[in-house]
Amino acid sequence: MKTPVSWIREYVDLPADLTTEALAAELTDLGLKLEAIEKPGDQITGPLVVGRVLTMEPEPQKNGKTINWCTVDVADANGTGEPQGIVCGAHNFAPGDLVVVVLPGGVLPGNFAISARKTYGHVSAGMICSAAELGLGEDALSSGGGIIVLPEDAGKPGESAFGVLGLDEEVIEFEINPDRAYALSLRGVAREAALAYDASYTDPTQRDVPPADDQGYPVVVDDPAGCPVFVARTVSGFDPAAPTPDWMVRRIQLAGMRPISLAVDVTNYVMLETGRPIHGYDADKLQGPIRVRRAREGERLTTLDGTDRALSTEDLVVTDDSGIIGLGGVMGGEATEMSETTTRVLVEAAHWDAVAMFRTGKRHKISSEAGKRNERGVDPTICEAAADRVVELLTTYGGGTAEPGVTVVGTPPERRTITIEADLPARVTGMEIDPATTIRHLRAVGCDVAEDGTKLTATVPPWRPDLVDPFDLVEEVARVVGYRNVPSVLPTPGAGRGLTREQRLRRRVGRTLAGAGCVEVVSFPFVGEAAFDQLGLPADDPLRHTVRLANPLSNEEPAYATTLLPGLLKAAARNVGRGASGVALFETGTVAFPTDRGAAPIYGVDRRPTEEELAALLDALPAQPLHLAVVLAGERERAGWWGEGREAGWADAVGVVRRLATELGVTVTVEADARLPWHPGRCARVLVDGTEIGRAGELHPKVCASFGLPKRSAAVELDLVALLRYAVDVVPAPEFSTYPVAKEDVALVVDDSVRAAAVEAALREGAGELLESIRLFDVYTGEQVGEGRTSLAFALRFRAPDRTLTEDETAAAREAAVARAAELTGAQQRS
Amino acid sequence: MSGPNTDYDPVEVTPLKPEEVESARDAALAAIAAATDLAELKQVRIDHTGDRSPLALANREIGALPPQARKEAGQRIGQARGAVAKALGERQAVLEVEHEERMLVEETVDVTLPTDRVPAGARHPLTTGAELIADIFVAMGWEVAEGPVIEAEWLNFDALNLGPDHPARTMQDTFWTDPQDNGVVLRTHTSPVQARTMLTRTPPIYVVCPGRVFRTDEYDATHSPMFHQVEGLAIDEGITMAHLKGTLDHFATSMFGEGITTRFRPSFFPFTEPSAEVDLLCFVCRGAGELDGARCRTCRGEGWIEWGGCGVVNPRVLTACGVDAERYTGFAFGMGIDRTLMFRHGVEDLRGFFEGDVRFTTAFGSEL
Repeated sequence: MKTPVSWIREYVDLPADLTTEALAAELTDLGLKLEAIEKPGDQITGPLVVGRVLTMEPEPQKNGKTINWCTVDVADANGTGEPQGIVCGAHNFAPGDLVVVVLPGGVLPGNFAISARKTYGHVSAGMICSAAELGLGEDALSSGGGIIVLPEDAGKPGESAFGVLGLDEEVIEFEINPDRAYALSLRGVAREAALAYDASYTDPTQRDVPPADDQGYPVVVDDPAGCPVFVARTVSGFDPAAPTPDWMVRRIQLAGMRPISLAVDVTNYVMLETGRPIHGYDADKLQGPIRVRRAREGERLTTLDGTDRALSTEDLVVTDDSGIIGLGGVMGGEATEMSETTTRVLVEAAHWDAVAMFRTGKRHKISSEAGKRNERGVDPTICEAAADRVVELLTTYGGGTAEPGVTVVGTPPERRTITIEADLPARVTGMEIDPATTIRHLRAVGCDVAEDGTKLTATVPPWRPDLVDPFDLVEEVARVVGYRNVPSVLPTPGAGRGLTREQRLRRRVGRTLAGAGCVEVVSFPFVGEAAFDQLGLPADDPLRHTVRLANPLSNEEPAYATTLLPGLLKAAARNVGRGASGVALFETGTVAFPTDRGAAPIYGVDRRPTEEELAALLDALPAQPLHLAVVLAGERERAGWWGEGREAGWADAVGVVRRLATELGVTVTVEADARLPWHPGRCARVLVDGTEIGRAGELHPKVCASFGLPKRSAAVELDLVALLRYAVDVVPAPEFSTYPVAKEDVALVVDDSVRAAAVEAALREGAGELLESIRLFDVYTGEQVGEGRTSLAFALRFRAPDRTLTEDETAAAREAAVARAAELTGAQQRS
Repeated sequence: MSGPNTDYDPVEVTPLKPEEVESARDAALAAIAAATDLAELKQVRIDHTGDRSPLALANREIGALPPQARKEAGQRIGQARGAVAKALGERQAVLEVEHEERMLVEETVDVTLPTDRVPAGARHPLTTGAELIADIFVAMGWEVAEGPVIEAEWLNFDALNLGPDHPARTMQDTFWTDPQDNGVVLRTHTSPVQARTMLTRTPPIYVVCPGRVFRTDEYDATHSPMFHQVEGLAIDEGITMAHLKGTLDHFATSMFGEGITTRFRPSFFPFTEPSAEVDLLCFVCRGAGELDGARCRTCRGEGWIEWGGCGVVNPRVLTACGVDAERYTGFAFGMGIDRTLMFRHGVEDLRGFFEGDVRFTTAFGSEL
């Protein structure tokens, strides 16, 4: 809401020396948030004066242009009283016209300094100004885009043009919250200014209006709930060519709207002044009585923006004998629109149901100044005053006469009452506010207040449909007392339990991965089929079954992710594309899987849902497990003076999983798997306690290629919550022996198909309790072990808790281990 | 070795002559002194104290002397050998020190060589920022509550007094899941976690809820369809706006330094009444609006930075969530984590958080 300060001052007796900045700050403290202060003349300095064109000699130039060599009377403004010689390229003015002249020494917007200079064979001492040059916009005043020609009564030559042009105006733009619709008017903003400065206030809607009679234009309201009040007045003999007075044009422009024609400008002006949207009809195009009702199935209307609309049975419409002529309170119809031939105007000032306005506006995607006010709620008691004001302005400036009839259908709803305990504002805000203060402030915002013991009953003003609950009154009192007076007191909660175990573990996961050289990323969870195709997922892959968005930002990515990999792989590729020779990234985030259990119910809010209702609500939501994904692409260890670098591979991916498991105290096992997007021979399924929690390994070469990643890039994706579920809770203290260790190495030859983990498990089982640790330290394939065979070398460490082991004991344990491995895996000891 | 030689004249045994012993001792001491490194000293030790050295041979002859001569000879030899052993030990120590010093010099490396064999990892500032905030509140006895990002429409809107026709419902441009009448949205704020907490716990409640939220904003330097909020909720007997102010002042001071507090401006949120916008005193210019004569860039000369929204929990919300609105009052607040980090760290473009460029993230390390 843009409000010229001079317009505010018209209704409020504000201190003369009050700055616009101070006023804006006070109003912000009251809840009208300052968005910007505009000073149209801020960019202009120096002599900008009214001048009268004395002579004007057209002089054709070699370049084809014709310039005008003018002399302009600027009285004593130039210090000599002699006419000022100025070259001007425009032609839309004539000798005798009053114009705006900037003299040498002036500066125009864009830091455009004016000086006397030689041009086209003359010394041009200044400039005759157009609206654009003054930063006023193309259609400022009645300039038509060229030189501004001032009306005859605008001023005398030599006088400052700032006031004439409204350049001395200052405009405060407020961001008006939805609950303060009354402030979408000068009436409302001025009322707040009066409140801020305890100044006297004149309500522009306080006027004597002619009484309603049955002589006015016939109106029938079939739906009084949708349209409680409908006021109609008629002006005839109106001159459609009459110009809008400059002061009104200027105010409409300063308020951010476009002047159009007198009839339209007047309705907009009165809306800005009072907050009440007005609709004007060309009365000669109306056929028979006006009727307000809900639209019927199948009805259509072409609104004055030229759009043909299919109407809903919830839409409120205005009709006449010809059918529908307007979408009530939102937008008029084309057929009865006022035009340049309209001489008889029917003025409608009607109060509409805010919810109906909101729904109609939303349904038809119409956002208008009228709709914005009607859907937030307008004072229902000012329809007659607003209509009368329109009639006054139309007849004053358009030369018409008001027809005698005054149609008023319906009555405004009763004013609402709210009862509160007098100490409620103090109890809720923590400020010291006594009941007398509460009463005074409630009255200041327009409430009538009645006292009854400790209770106060406030009858809220009609322009405040937002005041409904006791706490609404608390806010009114609090903002007048001033939020700056709220004391600062720390509450004293009881002892908290700190972070949950899962929250602590998640931090640990992040630190572990960062410690392993991985960088965390946060990416958007939106995916499309293309991402699944890039991952090479088959058509029936469960990851393709997604939670879809009804209104995605991009139709290419219409679904919520079921895997973190697409976002992560793209981020990795972005880093590689930007020159990274290797990148290790991780991300934790939720993915979503549809549960397909139907819509989530919408309950009322007058009570808590029952446990069953709540369960039904939560049950309808998708499953949203927290996932962890890692990608390791390109160089994992750098080359350097220490030697060669090393590319990431499958082992790095599995290694990250194992490191994480160690950190969390979880025993994970891995087994071979073959599933896209991983390499079929280099994919590990990760299990904890027999439950699959994810996969790790090298990506399929095609997947690397499709994402633009280095060959052999590796990735992990785990269900993090599932992993954390197994994290050790209370770590039992380890027991270990301090007797000497006995080390034994064994090399076993197995078929290639035998997994190292199986051999290790068999050795461990066979070695028995004396085995302290086992570690695979070498893998060998080649001629010495034969085709299709692999040699696995293990280091075994034996130790007893209570004694030094004898050589015989160690040898026996080692032999038992080898024997078990031979039995279970066919392993042969390498000679 | 032979037995005692009774025919032998001990005085006539050459090696035991005092001058011979002295000469052998002096030769040994000279050799020890002349040894320049541990290897030479080792050879000196063998030559002068080994089995075949003169003093060892002399020592061996003592037993052959008549008993009355043994004592004197023994003393003489013993003293000589003792002097040699002592000199050896001393020389050994000196040479060892010299040796070590030389070794250390020889082993000198260029410690300015790079050591970044495995590049450093880092956690995301949005993660560590959320943790920093959580820790401030946990230290006050609050707890951290969480909820799903794909949320029931009723929890995201209705329960928070944003009815189907509430104008504020259009202020938040919502991602709806398909079909749109499914009753399921991507949460537009972290406030549904408030509702969930009230629905499942009994007061007193003091929780903060950091998390991801979604709005259908086009992606640019200051807007993103996904961003992060932190929500705070306190429900207790006797809670007032003053407690809200005290909590936010403490939050501001903890996060931005001593003396950095907040101010309230009246505002509107359906879930709070009274409602306020909370501004943070600019922690760079400390409210002056300018710094070294130039307009403060952090607060754009305002002296204050818009931080978030807050207010007293609307009793309608308490009722919908099963909290006795007659007995309890509460306050709630919410602010953007991304935005907070942007002005705290001078991040110019919001997209830096979401691009995944490791140069952005590693700059923040693993803690904020």
